[in-house]
Amino acid sequence: MTTSISKPKVHHPGLPRNEIGLTRRDYEGTMSTLCAGCGHDSITAAIIRAFWELSIPPHKVAKLSGIGCSSKTPAYFLKESHGFNAVHGRMPSIATGASAARRDMIMIGVSGDGDSLSIGLGQFCHAIRRNVRLLYILENNGVYGLTKGQFSASADVGSKPKRGEPNRQMPIDPVLLALNLGATFVARTFSGDKEQLVPILKAGLLHNGFAFVDIISPCVTFNDHVGSTKSYMYTREHMREIVHADLVPIQSEITVQYAEGEATSVRMHDGSAVRLRKIAPDYDPTDRDAAYAYIRAKQEAGEVTTGLLYMGQGAPEMHENDDTVDTPLAQLPFEAVCPGNDALQKLMERYR
Amino acid sequence: MSERENGRRGVNDFAFKIATVNGTGSASANSLLMQAIFRMGIPVSGKNVFPSNIQGLPTWYEIRVNAKGHTARTPDFDLFVAMNSNTYAQDLAALQPGGWLIYDSTWPRPEILKRDDVQIVGIPLAKMCNEAFEGGRERLLMKNIAYVGALAALLEVDVPTIEQLLEEQFGAKKKALMESNYTAVRLGHDYAKEHFECPLPIHLEMMTPPDDFILIDGNTAAALGCLYAGATVGAWYPITPATSMMDAFRGFCQRFRKDPETGKNRFMVVQAEDELSAAGVVIGAAWTGARAFTPTSGPGISLMSEFIGLAYYAEVPSVFFDIQRTGPSTGMPTRTQQGDLMLCAYASHGDTKHIVLFPSDPAECFDFAVRAFDLAERYQTPVFVLSDLDIGMNDWMVRKFAWDDAYRPDRGKVLTPEQLDAMEKFHRYLDVDGDGIAARTLPGVHPRGAFFTRGSGHNKFGGYTEDADEYVEVVDRIARKIAGAATAVPAPIVHRRDGARIGIVSIGGCNAGVLEATDWLAAHGIAANYMRIRGFPFSDDVKAFIDENETVFVVEQNRDAQLRSLLALETGIPRDRMRSVRRYGGLPMSRRAVVDGIMRLLAEETPGRTTRPVEVTA
Repeated sequence: MTTSISKPKVHHPGLPRNEIGLTRRDYEGTMSTLCAGCGHDSITAAIIRAFWELSIPPHKVAKLSGIGCSSKTPAYFLKESHGFNAVHGRMPSIATGASAARRDMIMIGVSGDGDSLSIGLGQFCHAIRRNVRLLYILENNGVYGLTKGQFSASADVGSKPKRGEPNRQMPIDPVLLALNLGATFVARTFSGDKEQLVPILKAGLLHNGFAFVDIISPCVTFNDHVGSTKSYMYTREHMREIVHADLVPIQSEITVQYAEGEATSVRMHDGSAVRLRKIAPDYDPTDRDAAYAYIRAKQEAGEVTTGLLYMGQGAPEMHENDDTVDTPLAQLPFEAVCPGNDALQKLMERYR
Repeated sequence: MSERENGRRGVNDFAFKIATVNGTGSASANSLLMQAIFRMGIPVSGKNVFPSNIQGLPTWYEIRVNAKGHTARTPDFDLFVAMNSNTYAQDLAALQPGGWLIYDSTWPRPEILKRDDVQIVGIPLAKMCNEAFEGGRERLLMKNIAYVGALAALLEVDVPTIEQLLEEQFGAKKKALMESNYTAVRLGHDYAKEHFECPLPIHLEMMTPPDDFILIDGNTAAALGCLYAGATVGAWYPITPATSMMDAFRGFCQRFRKDPETGKNRFMVVQAEDELSAAGVVIGAAWTGARAFTPTSGPGISLMSEFIGLAYYAEVPSVFFDIQRTGPSTGMPTRTQQGDLMLCAYASHGDTKHIVLFPSDPAECFDFAVRAFDLAERYQTPVFVLSDLDIGMNDWMVRKFAWDDAYRPDRGKVLTPEQLDAMEKFHRYLDVDGDGIAARTLPGVHPRGAFFTRGSGHNKFGGYTEDADEYVEVVDRIARKIAGAATAVPAPIVHRRDGARIGIVSIGGCNAGVLEATDWLAAHGIAANYMRIRGFPFSDDVKAFIDENETVFVVEQNRDAQLRSLLALETGIPRDRMRSVRRYGGLPMSRRAVVDGIMRLLAEETPGRTTRPVEVTA
């Protein structure tokens, strides 16, 4: 019995092609085995769209994950990419190693709230600290699905389970945590809002450093009932977009016009730009402390603030910090890394 | 019971011990002494017996010289340099009858330093240094150099050699410091010459300078092996006694891994947040095709075990250096042991078995580091290099390392873009060649090479499975693959003696003690064969050696006879066929421990035989 299901290889001749001649179908993976209506599947679809729109060759991508429902999803997109389904909570270290050796590859990591905020909290924090170039997606549903619905560390105080007592422990908010740790790209969005989600993912893929995207992604089986603060209905009612991101590709003309003071433009590593349109006029997505205070205050008031909440520039990415060569370390020829016998014999004199 | 009651040793054959206070700068004085003896061409070893402490606790340095080259640790000391008044009583008691105790007589302690069968040699080191030097720090440091000077007179350590070493160390840059050191050497030297009969009966005589030998520690050697093997990613979490290995690797990379044009680094060292992460970084980097490693110790292996199982099952090459220390738990972090044999052989949950290499000295640390990467890539699996604190942190006299410039890494079966082009479809875990090793692909190379690496159940195509037959097919192939490595790991080294009916089996850092013990036994009428195992899984030679010996002793440094258990498990030889000799208190294996253990067991086996078999004259 195989539980991964291949999709039929039938291409509609009229499917639109991107700059490298690929259709959206070329960015798909195997069939999802998640529950019907799972938020994670919408995120998978958004990931496929983001990669397709950016015309990224799939085999130049490494997709990484830990353990959990969310961590299964890398199988459902980019079948021509190498994938690594690691151990629970440890994807950030695998990503660090992969990035250390192949700095040229585009890395996407998919994790969940159990994976990132409980068992893997340390790894999550330290990958931010190292500023590994990685789009890190946290598919956040507040529960452990595969083990049948226990609360996770992101569950809000008072949120009700399907059965039993409401959660009484303080949640760990990954957005506030990432801001606190110095992340240079912090976003929160919702699996049900593709218009907001896709541009954020695209910007995150181009970000030169750790790009963190927290995505509220309701669990239809264990956490989508009345009384849950991670349900579709609750999220729709309480989410408020405060910054909208648009990715302006290199060489493209900026056609969208913004009123003075409404938008900030942030230049990306590859030459494209992210336009941050402020929906909340009193919000500044480039001021870390103000952003933190704003999000925190809105949270107290029961609002789920969304959008590309913070973008910082200048913090060196891991390789910049370590001053490594441009050639990926895994691809250096042996002659470039082995000093040879003459050097060894000279060195031996030091030990005489 | 000691087998050493042979009275005084003599020229180029004795051992002495220096007792100091941690953090007072005695380490450089001790290594100066050791290096000077080495340069005189006399086989020498130094064992640093240090506390897990930064400043204040007692620390010892043991130096043994032996013209025949037996430089295993010995517990029998002919001379003590007692520089720590807190351990005077203990140090005096440890001295062999007829020995000498040198102490700082600036503060006489006749009430403690009293033993009829020992000569007490008082030298006013502090007083002389206080008069000769300014400032507390220099006075403290120079007191150490002054005892080097006194020993130079008493033991005839060659003074020009000492001065040469000081010049090499300080040179023109730190001339003032060099002058201070010279002065301190002279102070100690001249005082001893003036007040005592020099040299003592135990002393040194110049031998042929050892041109092809070096003095190096195993961690430095292993780091050099990683450099030469082409490792580009190192990840670690600081831990005694493995830390100096990554320090050395970083140091070598600073020198040899800079791009000549840009000055940028051709390596990355990641100081991880813990050992779990360090293992993840190694596996992530190795997955993309880089040679990656982590140095750690037992507690680190415990934490890495989850990832080790992943690397085993998902078949990712990865190299782990376990510089063993005394366990369990935190144990004694600055003492040595061979307590991680079982841990490394079968690390992680479920059915796992790993390739393990057992170096016995720094030369093998260098060699085995390189082999570890080749084996890891050829067998696509974790490989452990099981060193220990004694090998890793102490200086050993070994032959100079050589490098074959024709060496190229064994990358194992990695499909090239051309090979992938020619394939209809790539499947990750197919055993095409029948050796249990499936071809792998590297990320970012070719669209057809893509596959999903997973620690969850998978079939031979690399797809997820929960099917019994598909699962079994893959894990059975992995078992075949690892079994196949038995002939690829370094072969055991066997020393045979004519007429021997007993066989000794040992491993790693026990080697020096066992070799010396076999010589001693032979000199006392007991011929013993000796096999040193150097790799796991065991090859057939290992079983054959045990089978061919009537009585077998397994010598190792852990409480539970882990090597013997491993031999019983893996070869099917009954445990009781192998007698166990163990020392596990944290100090390196000595000849005495091996001989005592074997004699006791032989006496048990042969009623009427005494434990002290013959006159000891060695």
